[in-house]
Amino acid sequence: MNHDHDHGHEHDDAHEHPAQEDNDVVLTPGEAKFIALRAMLIEKGIITGEEVRRRLEFNDAATPHQGARMVARAWVDPEYKMRMLADGKKAAIELGIDVLEAEIMVIENTINIHNLVVCTLCSCYPRSLLGEPPAWYVSKAYRSRAVREPRAVMQEFGLTFSSDVEVRVHDSNADLRYLIFPMRPAGTEELSENELANLVSRDCLVGMALPGTNLNL
Amino acid sequence: MQTRNPRIFSPGDVVRIRDIGKAGHVRTPQYVRNKVGLIDSYVGLFENPEERAYGRIGCEPIPLYRVRLKQNDLWPDYEGSDCDTLVLEIYDHWLETVTSLKEPQ
Repeated sequence: MNHDHDHGHEHDDAHEHPAQEDNDVVLTPGEAKFIALRAMLIEKGIITGEEVRRRLEFNDAATPHQGARMVARAWVDPEYKMRMLADGKKAAIELGIDVLEAEIMVIENTINIHNLVVCTLCSCYPRSLLGEPPAWYVSKAYRSRAVREPRAVMQEFGLTFSSDVEVRVHDSNADLRYLIFPMRPAGTEELSENELANLVSRDCLVGMALPGTNLNL
Repeated sequence: MQTRNPRIFSPGDVVRIRDIGKAGHVRTPQYVRNKVGLIDSYVGLFENPEERAYGRIGCEPIPLYRVRLKQNDLWPDYEGSDCDTLVLEIYDHWLETVTSLKEPQ
């Protein structure tokens, strides 16, 4: 390969990349219904395509790091923690996070109780704080098993608790959206608030991991 | 504008989640119906999603509670710990007081 010329990035050995398969799989009945409903709502002027696009953009812009910032702030600021446990939505807004959900309830893990969130009815999730949920969270398998055998499911994610720890499952079935407030790991006294936030992965905020034990952030 | 007592139940009250057989967009999953638990907390007043789902927006808000159940009471063959629990949100018309002393807790 000869890069001894001045036309920037083109390579002499340019070759054709294999064509990528288009993702035009057959729609599921649910997807087809969604597309038809969206088209009708737009046609009737109830919503606009721009509103749908903006909402998707908003959801995609939210990341689990927003929830992690709340956790880290609560770890270093006991008064913020009190406010957060009393009103999760206000506490998020306090950190400059836009919240579309009506109410955010923050649930604190303790040495006696570990909390796990699921929505058995659909896929309720604090999207403003965490972005779109992971595929496993919306899967039918998780939604049915998390309430039935939470310890077995958590074990598959590498998380186990002794039988004297209460595993408390929160079915996010109605008007609240939940954020799990994990315990601060030992040995993190010297870390800055930003460094602490980096210990808190998305799955920690749902109760499926513990801070600092899930390093592929 | 409330015309009803928003807090019929108090934390710790033993309640049964009713099966009122209502069709459509209801938020009370099948697996908790006819199960007994206790009131964990009062959440607040919310418009009934069973009405909102059909475009009836602006109805009088109704009380919503968080109800805590023992996993052993939900699933007879539950394989976790005896202390494991589940909490979910139930609107007050799905709840009834349990008076029998034989009920758990």
